[in-house]
Amino acid sequence: MFSLERWQEILETISKNKLRTFLTGLSVASGIFILVILLGFGQGMQNGISAEFQRDAANRISVYSGVTSMGYKGLNPGRFIEMTNDDYNYLITKYEDDIEFKSSVYRIWSGTLNYGNESGSYRVEGVYPDYQFLENENLVAGRYINYDDQRLKSKIMVIGNKVQQDLFAGKSAVGEYVQINGINFKVVGVYSDPGGEREETRVFVPLSTSQRVFGGADKVRNLGFTLKPQENFEDALAQSLQFSAEIEEFLKERHLVAPEDTSAINVNNTLESAKRFYDLIGMIKTFFWVVGICTIIAGVVGVSNIMLIIVKERTKEIGIRKALGAQPLSIIGMVLHESIFVTAIAGFTGLILSMALLEVLGPNMQMDYIKNPSVNFNVAITTVFILVFAGALAGFVPAWRAARIKPITALREE
Amino acid sequence: MITIKDLHKSYTMGTNSLHVLKGINFSVQEGELVSIMGSSGSGKSTLLNILGMLDEADQGSYTLDGVPIKNLNEKIAAQYRNKFLGFIFQSFNLINYKSALDNVGMPLYYQGMKRKERTEKAMAYLEKVGLANWAHHMPNELSGGQKQRVAIARALASDPKVLLADEPTGALDTKTSYEVMDLIQGINDEGKTILIVTHEDDIAHMTKRIVNLKDGLIIDDAPVNQIRAASHV
Ligand SMILES: Nc1ncnc2c1ncn2[C@@H]1O[C@H](COP(=O)(O)OP(=O)(O)OP(=O)(O)O)[C@@H](O)[C@H]1O
Ligand SMILES: [Mg+2]
Repeated sequence: MFSLERWQEILETISKNKLRTFLTGLSVASGIFILVILLGFGQGMQNGISAEFQRDAANRISVYSGVTSMGYKGLNPGRFIEMTNDDYNYLITKYEDDIEFKSSVYRIWSGTLNYGNESGSYRVEGVYPDYQFLENENLVAGRYINYDDQRLKSKIMVIGNKVQQDLFAGKSAVGEYVQINGINFKVVGVYSDPGGEREETRVFVPLSTSQRVFGGADKVRNLGFTLKPQENFEDALAQSLQFSAEIEEFLKERHLVAPEDTSAINVNNTLESAKRFYDLIGMIKTFFWVVGICTIIAGVVGVSNIMLIIVKERTKEIGIRKALGAQPLSIIGMVLHESIFVTAIAGFTGLILSMALLEVLGPNMQMDYIKNPSVNFNVAITTVFILVFAGALAGFVPAWRAARIKPITALREE
Repeated sequence: MITIKDLHKSYTMGTNSLHVLKGINFSVQEGELVSIMGSSGSGKSTLLNILGMLDEADQGSYTLDGVPIKNLNEKIAAQYRNKFLGFIFQSFNLINYKSALDNVGMPLYYQGMKRKERTEKAMAYLEKVGLANWAHHMPNELSGGQKQRVAIARALASDPKVLLADEPTGALDTKTSYEVMDLIQGINDEGKTILIVTHEDDIAHMTKRIVNLKDGLIIDDAPVNQIRAASHV
């Protein structure tokens, strides 16, 4: 199998029969190429979705209020429901043992920030100290809002990285005074967020300050909680679903919202959506695998068909070679050697091209829900070996038949 | 060199069985140049293929250079073909994607000879048939006569005991046929045993002995006065 003479003979045959070599190679290379790209995108989607969920704490439960969509207890639909500090205080007291992080949020619509000559419009929110963890934020400078700030209703703020870049042109913002809608606030901290720029264009002030300064009274816009970690995911999910259901029921009763009204009180459970997404990704990845494997099977069938045709086409040549003294084993070797060599080269070409494509495209992919598509090299290389092996197996049957055919029969072939 | 006794061969096609060779007895000594004649379908090619171990007889014995040829497996048969026999076909049977030189080198490849030696030897045989300048041409760039001469060089390359030629001039015009026969006569002069199937009288008379086949039996087997092809060229 590894004699130099055989290699020379095979290489010569391949180079003089470019078309058939090309066709065999193409079906193999494209099979591998498609498989790797599919697997890469499956991984990319998983990465993308995971990144999406890293924006906030993975087990965050958020409550939003809105407009009632149906009448209830003599009240008309279309009422705007606003939650209050009392709602929040009641809930954190009642569920004190279960809750890990908690915050209510008061949102200032259209907050305009001014610093020197720079200005910009940002989302400004009043929050509690725990909000840092609910949003999955990391401090890059200074500190976050604390309970003293709440108590004293201090005019301080924490800004996102992007806000610092915009207003301070690379200078450090901590300690500087910035105006929000004309009122001076002192920057005490700068944060970053795994969710990227979109999440870093926000400004946070103490909740108490925001309600006092921006006329919020005791109103809050939304609530956010995480529950204490559980032994396993199933328990965490069950607990979190129950908690969501209970607070939803409580809030609806308190604000006279019909139990079946979904627009007035909306509880969003990240864990639940995460589970749904991961299930979906699992399905998509399985689907990609199935498609990929079908592609490989098609490749193998293609290779064996081509091998059949090649052997048929070469029957006369095989007859001539036999008349000149070729032994059956050398005929099998010749056919197999060529097919293995071509499938291997083509397989690796497909592998390298597709990996290169993923390598180049991957990091530059700017698509929602797809991030850095990539493929496990071991998985890819294993598929190439499987394909080469299958190709050899597929080539073996026609090769064996060719080796057995009587020389005179082979010679008569036209 | 060759001895066959009571050789039988039939072909079965579906339910029909066609008895082609019905008991052939003959022998060929070393250095002979024999032509086998007979009408179409008389079994000439069948006989030659059996002698060439490309096909098997149903019955009878065959001895080649003292070796009984019987129940050979394909591996041994291949070795014997390589060592003992050289084939020349009517349709040349060159491998079309290999140069003249590489075609001539094929039997040597199957002897396990290294490339360099192979090329030298093949070149020497191409020179012998007068085609040294065409060594690197592909078969489709050669005329019929040239192709047949390449085939003859290839048949000689492994220095076999016997050359078997099935209508070697069948696809050639008269002038080219005589040139090829001149070459074959020259090879025979050097002592090589050669069997030629033909149904052209003039070609048969350029051999030294004519065996006539009819309906699967030898009806005539006689030496002839050899006419030198060179005198016609
Ligand atoms: N493989 C085969 N299967 C069935 N019949 C065959 C086969 N080969 C040859 N025959 C038949 O055997 C008979 C002898 O064939 P053969 O080829 O030996 O004839 P031939 O004398 O060489 O004729 P020609 O001069 O036409 O070449 C013919 O009738 C032919 O049809
Ligand atoms: Mg014939």
